[in-house]
Amino acid sequence: MKKSVLLEIEQLSKSFGGVHAVQNVSFCVRDQEIVAIIGPNGAGKTTLFNIVTGILPPTSGSVLFKGMPVTGKKPYQLAALGITRTFQNLQVFTNMTVIENVMVGMHTRLKTGIFSAGFRLPQVFKEEKQALKQAMACLEQVGIAHLAFEKADILPYGTQRLVEIARAAASQPSLILLDEPMAGLNPQESKKLVDVLLAMRNNGMTFLFVEHDMETVMAIADRVIVLDYGKKIAEGCPEEITQHPDVIKAYLGEEEGASC
Amino acid sequence: MKLDVKRIHTGNAKWSLLFTVLLLGLPLIFSTNNYLLSTLIMVGFYTIVSTGLTLLMGYAGQISLGQAAFYGIGAYTSAYLTAHAGVSSWLAMAAGAAIAAMVALIVGIPAFRLREHYLALATLGFGIIVFTFFKEWKGITGGLNGFFGIPPIQLFGFPLQTDFQFYYLVWIFALIGVLFARNIVRSRVGRALLSIHGSEIAANSLGVNITKYKLQIFMISAVYASVAGSLYAHYVTFINPDLFGIVPSIYFLIMVVIGGTGNVWGGLIGAAVYVCLGELLKEMVPMFIPNAGGEFEIVFFGLLLVIILIYMPNGLSHSLSKVLKRVSSTSRHRKEPILVAENENAGSVGGEH
Ligand SMILES: Nc1ncnc2c1ncn2[C@@H]1O[C@H](COP(=O)(O)OP(=O)(O)OP(=O)(O)O)[C@@H](O)[C@H]1O
Ligand SMILES: [Mg+2]
Repeated sequence: MKKSVLLEIEQLSKSFGGVHAVQNVSFCVRDQEIVAIIGPNGAGKTTLFNIVTGILPPTSGSVLFKGMPVTGKKPYQLAALGITRTFQNLQVFTNMTVIENVMVGMHTRLKTGIFSAGFRLPQVFKEEKQALKQAMACLEQVGIAHLAFEKADILPYGTQRLVEIARAAASQPSLILLDEPMAGLNPQESKKLVDVLLAMRNNGMTFLFVEHDMETVMAIADRVIVLDYGKKIAEGCPEEITQHPDVIKAYLGEEEGASC
Repeated sequence: MKLDVKRIHTGNAKWSLLFTVLLLGLPLIFSTNNYLLSTLIMVGFYTIVSTGLTLLMGYAGQISLGQAAFYGIGAYTSAYLTAHAGVSSWLAMAAGAAIAAMVALIVGIPAFRLREHYLALATLGFGIIVFTFFKEWKGITGGLNGFFGIPPIQLFGFPLQTDFQFYYLVWIFALIGVLFARNIVRSRVGRALLSIHGSEIAANSLGVNITKYKLQIFMISAVYASVAGSLYAHYVTFINPDLFGIVPSIYFLIMVVIGGTGNVWGGLIGAAVYVCLGELLKEMVPMFIPNAGGEFEIVFFGLLLVIILIYMPNGLSHSLSKVLKRVSSTSRHRKEPILVAENENAGSVGGEH
């Protein structure tokens, strides 16, 4: 049985001056899939994420989410529609506690505006209580509920990654984009994160993630998309990808380049 | 572990309440000390302005160098409408607030379209323009000669004229202002503001409409300043443009930095320190430098700003709340030894208290 298409990327291109960071990339992500994007450094993976999440406008091409064109929408609008993300270079709110970070993630699910907040109308208190409970559940899901009331900036790198993931999942979006979620994690931490992601998927979440760590990709990806110099050079299940001659060439080519 | 909304917020209700009671009880004890009352009334005006500015700077991370212009908009609107148009003082105050909010919206929309510190530049320019308006629009403001004869504020038909009465008026406004700010901070909106300060790109990607919140809080801060200006005009009954120029705007900024941007009481603490140091300077400076004028003040506060930014970037309220917490925790069983250790380490940075 084929699941319905959640995200559709059509002929997407992005140039920065003369740099063609993304060129004519098309693919789709289906409901409850875990799709990996791999490729050498500078292949355009983060740029692709930035376009899909509305941070950068594409030079050409379009993005469809649940069949609806969303190209040109602002990040906060996409979040309300159900796309959130994490960042390659951590973007945890270091001026808040862990639980508050996650509660920001619930922003689109809550209603309090500036006046009802200022006058602290009764429903605000109710909402806060509920939000706290749900945020706590999100933290439990990634296994850091005991750190809820710590300031986020004192946490080790790996834990901050978990905060970002809990935060991105807090609004129960349909799709989460993870930009190198395993970077900086030790083997136990990444093993735990793999379990967390698989569990979230079983609860109905869909993931598109960029990852350099092939072990993780092999472990959780249903499908892999390979980018090189902004172009999609291969797509398939993990086993196919590791056999793919172009992929081997792209990666070996990079290694040769690195050694000189 | 019990899940309680109170656990998110580190503020201490007990101390806030004690302080409020002290503040409201003070005039009963010192009812004849007009110097004390009038000084504290000034602190009250500044508290209102800097509490609004704290929301903007400390929570949303946006800097305004034109807050005195909103203060002036409130003052002149109240002055003109009550003295020349016979409008009730409360209605005039509301009109001033509405104008200030509109002006903030008009300044804010283009300023927030640009990046980070453009609001600082935009408000600086805006402050100069408004100051020029106050100076040149003589038909309404009286120009450099000033605006005379602003009638007292009326409450249920009674004019509030004594310092004793005005003390309560201004401090009720100030405390409501602090409470309103505290309520905003402890909600979805407050977290949205903090998230903008923390990382705009992450806030945006999580669904926070950054521009909307920046505009809203800028407008709110303008309303705070305007209301304070209205009250001020009725209190002093005479105003002139110099009270609302760039230098006062910079003083408001300094108050916020002194008080600390991460705490809703920061504005009050900054205002109190500013007024007290200002009074002290007025006494002390002539003793050492007989011919010194007002320039001395700005040099002094400029230096203080730099020192605070270097040695106490979180401001006095931060250090103070740590001290209070430590006082409370000695009498109470602590459940979070790790947190206490962290606090103590950080506390040694700005260990003035
Ligand atoms: N804002 C920008 N302005 C100009 N060039 C950019 C910008 N963002 C990315 N690029 C360029 O686009 C190309 C793709 O960058 P991108 O960050 O998408 O790569 P990546 O695949 O995520 O790499 P990495 O694995 O190192 O994270 C690079 O050549 C990069 O220098
Ligand atoms: Mg990248």
